[in-house]
Amino acid sequence: MSAAAPFAGGAVALAAAIRRGEESARRVAEVVLEEIAGADDLLHCFNAVTSEEALRAADAVDVAVAAGRDPGPLCGVPVALKDNLCTRGVPTTCSSRILEGWRPPYDATVVSRLRKAGAVIVGKTNLDEFAMGSSTENSANGPTRNPWDTSRVPGGSSGGSAAAVAAGLVPLALGSDTGGSIRQPASLCGVVGLKPTYGLVSRYGLVAFASSLDQIGPFALRVEDAAALLEVIAGHDPADSTSLAGEVPPLAPEVGRSPAGLRVGVVADFLVDASPACADAVRRGADALVAAGAAVEDVAIPELLHGLSAYYLIAPAEASSNLARYDGVRYGLRVDADDVATMNARTRSKGFGAEVKRRIMLGTYVLSAGYYDAYYAQAQRVRTLIMDAFRRAYERFDVLLAPTSPSVAFPIGAKSDPLEMYLSDLFTIPSNLAGHPAVSVPFALGEENLPVGVQVLAPALGEPAMLRVAGALERAAAPDARGPVRPHGAGAGR
Amino acid sequence: MSAPYRIAGATGEWEIVVGLEVHCELSTATKLFCSCANRFGAEPNTNVCPVCLGLPGSLPVLNRHAVELAMAIGTALGCEIRPSVFHRKNYFYPDMPKDYQVTQYDEPINVAGALELADHARVGIVRAHLEEDTGKTTHVGGDGRIHGADYALVDYNRAGVPLVEIVSAPDITSPEQARAYVAELRAVLVATGASDGRMEEGSLRVDANVSVRRVGDPSYGTRCEVKNLNSLRSLGRAIEHEAHRQVAVLEDGGLVAQETRHWNETTGRTTSMRSKEEAFDYRYFPEPDLVRLAPGREWIAAVAAGLKMLPAARRARLAALVGEDAPAALEQIATALDLGLDDLVVAAAGLGAPARLALARAANEAAQDPASARALAPEAFAEVLHLESSGALSATQAKAVLAEMLAGKGSPRAIAQRLGFEGLSAEELDTVVAGVIGEHPAEWERYAAGDDKVAQFLLGQVMRRTKGRANGKLVAEALQRRRA
Repeated sequence: MSAAAPFAGGAVALAAAIRRGEESARRVAEVVLEEIAGADDLLHCFNAVTSEEALRAADAVDVAVAAGRDPGPLCGVPVALKDNLCTRGVPTTCSSRILEGWRPPYDATVVSRLRKAGAVIVGKTNLDEFAMGSSTENSANGPTRNPWDTSRVPGGSSGGSAAAVAAGLVPLALGSDTGGSIRQPASLCGVVGLKPTYGLVSRYGLVAFASSLDQIGPFALRVEDAAALLEVIAGHDPADSTSLAGEVPPLAPEVGRSPAGLRVGVVADFLVDASPACADAVRRGADALVAAGAAVEDVAIPELLHGLSAYYLIAPAEASSNLARYDGVRYGLRVDADDVATMNARTRSKGFGAEVKRRIMLGTYVLSAGYYDAYYAQAQRVRTLIMDAFRRAYERFDVLLAPTSPSVAFPIGAKSDPLEMYLSDLFTIPSNLAGHPAVSVPFALGEENLPVGVQVLAPALGEPAMLRVAGALERAAAPDARGPVRPHGAGAGR
Repeated sequence: MSAPYRIAGATGEWEIVVGLEVHCELSTATKLFCSCANRFGAEPNTNVCPVCLGLPGSLPVLNRHAVELAMAIGTALGCEIRPSVFHRKNYFYPDMPKDYQVTQYDEPINVAGALELADHARVGIVRAHLEEDTGKTTHVGGDGRIHGADYALVDYNRAGVPLVEIVSAPDITSPEQARAYVAELRAVLVATGASDGRMEEGSLRVDANVSVRRVGDPSYGTRCEVKNLNSLRSLGRAIEHEAHRQVAVLEDGGLVAQETRHWNETTGRTTSMRSKEEAFDYRYFPEPDLVRLAPGREWIAAVAAGLKMLPAARRARLAALVGEDAPAALEQIATALDLGLDDLVVAAAGLGAPARLALARAANEAAQDPASARALAPEAFAEVLHLESSGALSATQAKAVLAEMLAGKGSPRAIAQRLGFEGLSAEELDTVVAGVIGEHPAEWERYAAGDDKVAQFLLGQVMRRTKGRANGKLVAEALQRRRA
């Protein structure tokens, strides 16, 4: 990252500087577009860079500032969007061939809120096709590389957003998290990644993977910036029936507050299955919280380990239905044939990648007559069991501490067995099943000098306490454990 | 009560068992899950948006008014209104934008009601649930059906239009009763304000589940579902044909296969669409984009309070006024209800008009122009009835006056005067009668001696003198009085 990085002080500070007229949104946008142009051939964080729109939006911010108006809390701050968020007139591909050529006629609610807050949208980031994956390798556009070691994956499915923030290309990005797709890449890329409470952020305009689990959330280098971005996108939306009613409390101020007096439970069951460095980071995080005045204790919640199995029944079931509409009739790819059924089949065969097909088949199977009770209904019972287990734990604790990922970033191509890949989300999935918030905070360098995140979990709408603890972890973290990092190969150093 | 419907087979008598599924498009201003207009007949694909086109990222938001109309239907059918859940019914079809239909499955909003028909027979209602409609596919080329078509055009204007599907119990025992059920249900749906009831526009669509069994057999036969019934006429014909087909199969020693069959109006036959084995596995599961629908007591009560009087109650009200003893009365009651003239009849009766006469004039004469008749002041209607019943107007005159009233030509008295029907007072009539007797003493003698055949002559003379203004009945009475 160049020394001239306009957002070295963070997104909130950058917005303040632009609002005061000390920095120009146009210059920031130009620097960002230049950085992306310089780095993205190697990293491939972006499916599309919307330079013209970005510069136009930046100019509008500058004009507003010059006229004495406040363009909003994210005044002139560049933001990247995961390419499963609908952007009016700009291709939204989900990194799938099946959406080839489709331009949404509308903006996702989060996108409208970003625009209204003065943010400058710079592009659409790469993902595992339809957010199905943990490495961003399942992309029709090819994999994104981890800037800490470009032979490795950034995690996924929001790998493009995580890597773009880690490489300092943008100060903020949005991702989506269905089973860990924000937190796991955040951990692997040394950035902050937050999955909000289900229903806190509108899903309107997020291309659905698994509707009961999907949630949009922020990436940033700092916890405060992630909280500020969350404040902008959170809040009731009448267009989403699962959106929560009520005001969202201020979140960013929580980050600086002391965690003293908070009760923190360490999910001991997860430490066994984590790599030594990943487990050790949690232990050292816990020590830091004790030093800051929190009450920390181990807790056994063995039910959480069943989350993975339940997830891989529920998520594919919903996905098999959500992805039915890509049939070649109305938009996107169509492979013609003499009759409709053959056209559907050919279009879907060509348009979807292997992992998406695998999950559609799995989901179709588990919903089939005669199997529903044994699989889908049983998985829902496990989901209830996990929610009950969480509820009991949260009677004793304000937040829980856990590893985010079982390992540091792995080499591209290393996990060809899908089941092995699925295990990447073992520690993140329970929060999705319960609809709870969780955040990954970069904390230490682990195996191969790669970043390791620590995860803070909280009950529904527990974001304030969660952010207090996340802030405390950030202050105690190894300073070299987070981005920005200049993209480099293995062992080349920063 | 007519004789039970029977099919006489070679080996004995058969009875039929029919259950009907009626899809009713709700008369909401907007669609079930978006704010697009719910309107028939617009240019194709103009009432569409990301939600009803199922565009990626779009989400449904439930239409409150559709829920209220569904509850109104449930209340009108005596159903229990329960907390309900929307499910996804998954299958591929080009006119279904999401390739799943959002519908209610094992937890519908309305359950366990009944519909009482005009002849007081009761048909059980199993459920009446909410769901979204599909778009409409037009096959172009060939004979307009899917096989042999060159291509298909899809119009998504109808996609997402709210429907209530009303499922009857297998309580229907004849083609005629099936028609009566749909007619009564249609009247109920119109009365609740839920539907315009237009079968020809597809606002009301009927599928029939038909099976046959030997008379007295308590178990059900294998049923077939018959689709494409676009009118009451085709409903009755299709059930009749399908029942006879099944009897023929069974009497031949065959088995009826459970399947979906298509009614062909032109050939008058049903043909197999798909067998049970070919039936879709719809893979129902709860729609995660919507939350549970649990209307509170107050909301349910408010919907019930807002219900207009239902056909059965309206029918009972008329029957109580006029009696149901004569077939003519039954027919007139049905006509008055159908045309919405029962309020007029009841109001006129309330003002002292004879109820039978009011019903007859409403169902026969006023029915010629029902819109004007519904706008008629009950007082004016009562007055013309009174003029007729008191003898001031003859039946023929009263009908003529009523026709003028419907045409907006004024009050009954003014019209009668203008037509020259009125103005003969009792004294005037008496004078004329006395004059006629004086002029025709011979005829009078014969009449007075008991020769009634002369009455017609004397009456004719009175009519000639009064230029037809006299009331024949009153003239006859006057003659009688003088003879006595």
